[in-house]
Amino acid sequence: MNKGKVALSLSIASIITLGLSGCSDDKAAKDSSSVAAKKPVSFVYCSEASPEGFNPGLFTTGTTFDASSKTIFNRLVEFKLGTTEVIPALAESWDVSEDGLVYTFKLRHDVPFHTTKDFTPTRSFNADDVIFSFDRQGNAENPYHKVSGGSYEYYNAMSMGSLIKEINKVDEYTVQFVLNQPEAPFIANLAMDFASIMSAEQAKVFLEKGMAAQLDVMPSGTGPFALQQYQKDSLIRYAGNADYWDGAPAIDRLIFSITPDASVRFAKLQNNECQVMAFPNPSDRKMMEEDKNINLLSQEGLNIGYLAFNVNKKPFDDVRVRQALNMAVNKPAIIDAVFNGSGKAATNPIPPTMWSYNTDIKDYEFNLVKAKALLAEAGYPDGFETNIWAMPVQRPYNPNARRMAEIMQSDWAKVGVKAKIVTFEWGEYLKRASKGEHETILLGWTGDNGDPDNFLAVLLGCDAVGGANRSMWCNAEFDALVKEAKTTADQAVRTDLYEKAQVIFKQQAPWATIAHSVVFEPVRKEVKGYVIDPLGGHNFYSVSLEK
Amino acid sequence: MFQFILKRLGTVIPTFFGITLLTFTLIHMIPGDPIEIMAGERGISPERHAILSAELGLDQPIWKQYFSYVGGILQGDLGNSLVTKKPVVEEFFELFPATVELAFLAALFAICIGLPAGIIAAVKRGSIFDHTVMGVSLTGYSMPIFWWALLLMLVFSVNLGWTPVSGRIDVSLWIDHVTGFMLIDSLLSDEVGAFGSAIHHLILPSIVLGTIPLAVIARMTRSSMLEVLGEDYIRTARAKGLAPWRVIVIHALRNALIPVITVIGLQVGILLSGAILTETIFAWPGIGKWLIESIGRRDYPVVQGGILIIATLIILVNLLVDIIYGVVNPRIRHAK
Repeated sequence: MNKGKVALSLSIASIITLGLSGCSDDKAAKDSSSVAAKKPVSFVYCSEASPEGFNPGLFTTGTTFDASSKTIFNRLVEFKLGTTEVIPALAESWDVSEDGLVYTFKLRHDVPFHTTKDFTPTRSFNADDVIFSFDRQGNAENPYHKVSGGSYEYYNAMSMGSLIKEINKVDEYTVQFVLNQPEAPFIANLAMDFASIMSAEQAKVFLEKGMAAQLDVMPSGTGPFALQQYQKDSLIRYAGNADYWDGAPAIDRLIFSITPDASVRFAKLQNNECQVMAFPNPSDRKMMEEDKNINLLSQEGLNIGYLAFNVNKKPFDDVRVRQALNMAVNKPAIIDAVFNGSGKAATNPIPPTMWSYNTDIKDYEFNLVKAKALLAEAGYPDGFETNIWAMPVQRPYNPNARRMAEIMQSDWAKVGVKAKIVTFEWGEYLKRASKGEHETILLGWTGDNGDPDNFLAVLLGCDAVGGANRSMWCNAEFDALVKEAKTTADQAVRTDLYEKAQVIFKQQAPWATIAHSVVFEPVRKEVKGYVIDPLGGHNFYSVSLEK
Repeated sequence: MFQFILKRLGTVIPTFFGITLLTFTLIHMIPGDPIEIMAGERGISPERHAILSAELGLDQPIWKQYFSYVGGILQGDLGNSLVTKKPVVEEFFELFPATVELAFLAALFAICIGLPAGIIAAVKRGSIFDHTVMGVSLTGYSMPIFWWALLLMLVFSVNLGWTPVSGRIDVSLWIDHVTGFMLIDSLLSDEVGAFGSAIHHLILPSIVLGTIPLAVIARMTRSSMLEVLGEDYIRTARAKGLAPWRVIVIHALRNALIPVITVIGLQVGILLSGAILTETIFAWPGIGKWLIESIGRRDYPVVQGGILIIATLIILVNLLVDIIYGVVNPRIRHAK
């Protein structure tokens, strides 16, 4: 391209772009927002990425949940802030039948939906909204089922399709869920983001207007904040819901300032361009602690980082080998080097803050002599060659998998096990792991709903082999205990069953449990009422700004 | 003339299909599975994986996928993002203005500083100024963008508080997306101080993005000027007693600018496509960041569509320019 063409090309390209860029009229939403006469309180949260959309049923990332279910929507039941305790939300109360098959929810009256730029609700929340929200996800005949890609991964992953037999509207404010089999974690499942309640009236209006997909772009919910404006990769704007059923939030405007780089998020926090930031760099922790304008909140995460042995591959089919390598993992060194000291050595596959955690179980001691002896007993006196798969991504449960793998590699070498560290691009890593190509693999998990089933069955159950069960371990005794616990309503009985399951797990050692991380979040000193969500989300309903 | 346009079109169509084939092949050659990435640690059962693959058309043989993709393009459909499910075209034109705006300002910064610096360095060859300009431009050229951006941010935003850390405008201001160009949209809005805020937010990203082009332009201007300043006609001009500025600006610079403009043109092209790091650091909502994220997520339609639109815009603009050249200059039209 010669010089003249370059200049001309650019001018024309700019003009074309100018003409093609979409025009939107968000003004209506702005005008319709009820901004109080006093100077509105704005609160800015530096989020890490753009949400995929605003329907939490369609997507699976925490980013989308923060931007939709935590702000715009409510669920029938919800997790009490900062805990995994399930409390009433849009359902004021519920009953469970004797056989554990019928759940009857009494719904809250006079809960208004938000007015958005394209939709003005004519009625408040009722049973139709509950039925629509679940029917859309589970019923292929629902006119909305295929809208916006129609993939409901969480609904499927929680087996809701096979679990729910039918949902009945008893009256305007009573809904009945009939299950195919008893399911103890069912209530906790309903508190999860995917179970958010959307407006059936908005859905109907949009369908009639031929703009069904808009339901997932600018939805009307019952939550503490109403969506006003979204500019991809830039910001999301919400207005505080003055008519919120649980009391209006203390902040009038909530803004998500989308900032992908963690160092930049921290700089913005220092500059008071935002008041809370998502996912800080572990290496910035010291600076955050020293900054007098910042409060560094921390809480034990509901997570586990682990190394899974592929029990389908030799020599990991031998329990002695798995136990020996458990003894050759130096957890304090890993916690120091990888977690910067802000982690806790893991003994069980569930975090210690979770009910049914078995405190009687003792971890394998770090003892290379015993490990070597056990390997010799298993027929590997000179060790063997293997691989350690290290994740290419950073997660709270494993901030640096490569470093973790290197520490293990070095300790295992001392007992004769020569491990090669392997890594792939994330999608490839997961794909190959699903096929069981690994020998040992570093991975982890953050809980969805605070129920032990969400760890024990999802990660170690026989049904999860080929899915999230990366050790491919299927132990009939363990599986029977976990399945029995899942169908038992009595929590004391469930606790007993899960405690027994953890004993089997520890003895069978399909994993080397590594650590539970401590999650920390920096907030500006002016921020009051912000609480870390153990499930990894970010909630702003309770926050206020102190001048 | 008609024949000329036909001939030009004849070259455009194969280029267009070449690009579709190239982008499609390259993105599908990279290992990784969009469904596995979506499922994450949770994993996905083989049955559900098969259902989703079928829904997304990823279970088809690769050649079939290509032809259905090309079929879609011919009907004006670039497909929907696998992640957001939104049309690729819609997402592209939502973000492209931000990239154009930043590239334009960065180019302006690079030209306004680089050109005079290069000229003065040439005129004052061997002086401290010359050595400084050359030293600084070499440093600018070799500096890692990421480090440079964070350094400027730390000094000017965090420590001095002169500029905002990132973003396109103060988030407390309500700006509607009308043209997508924040400088224009801020003027169209009724928010007081919006334009100033937009300018304020553009300063650091423009400096960071413009640093390398600035260095290149300064060095190119200097060497080109030095070459021209040694020509006989410059000596003649000086001998005629013309004012020194006249000799430099009118006689030397005009001729020295030819290679400089070519370089500027190339740099602007790089600015438009290469703002990825700057966009990421400054949370600038442009297409660079969008494409990089989409490659990471193996969002095939976005990567294919995004690159295709950029390429198409360039092809179309080139075609238009060729036609205008043909109209303006008959020699080009009739050239064999």
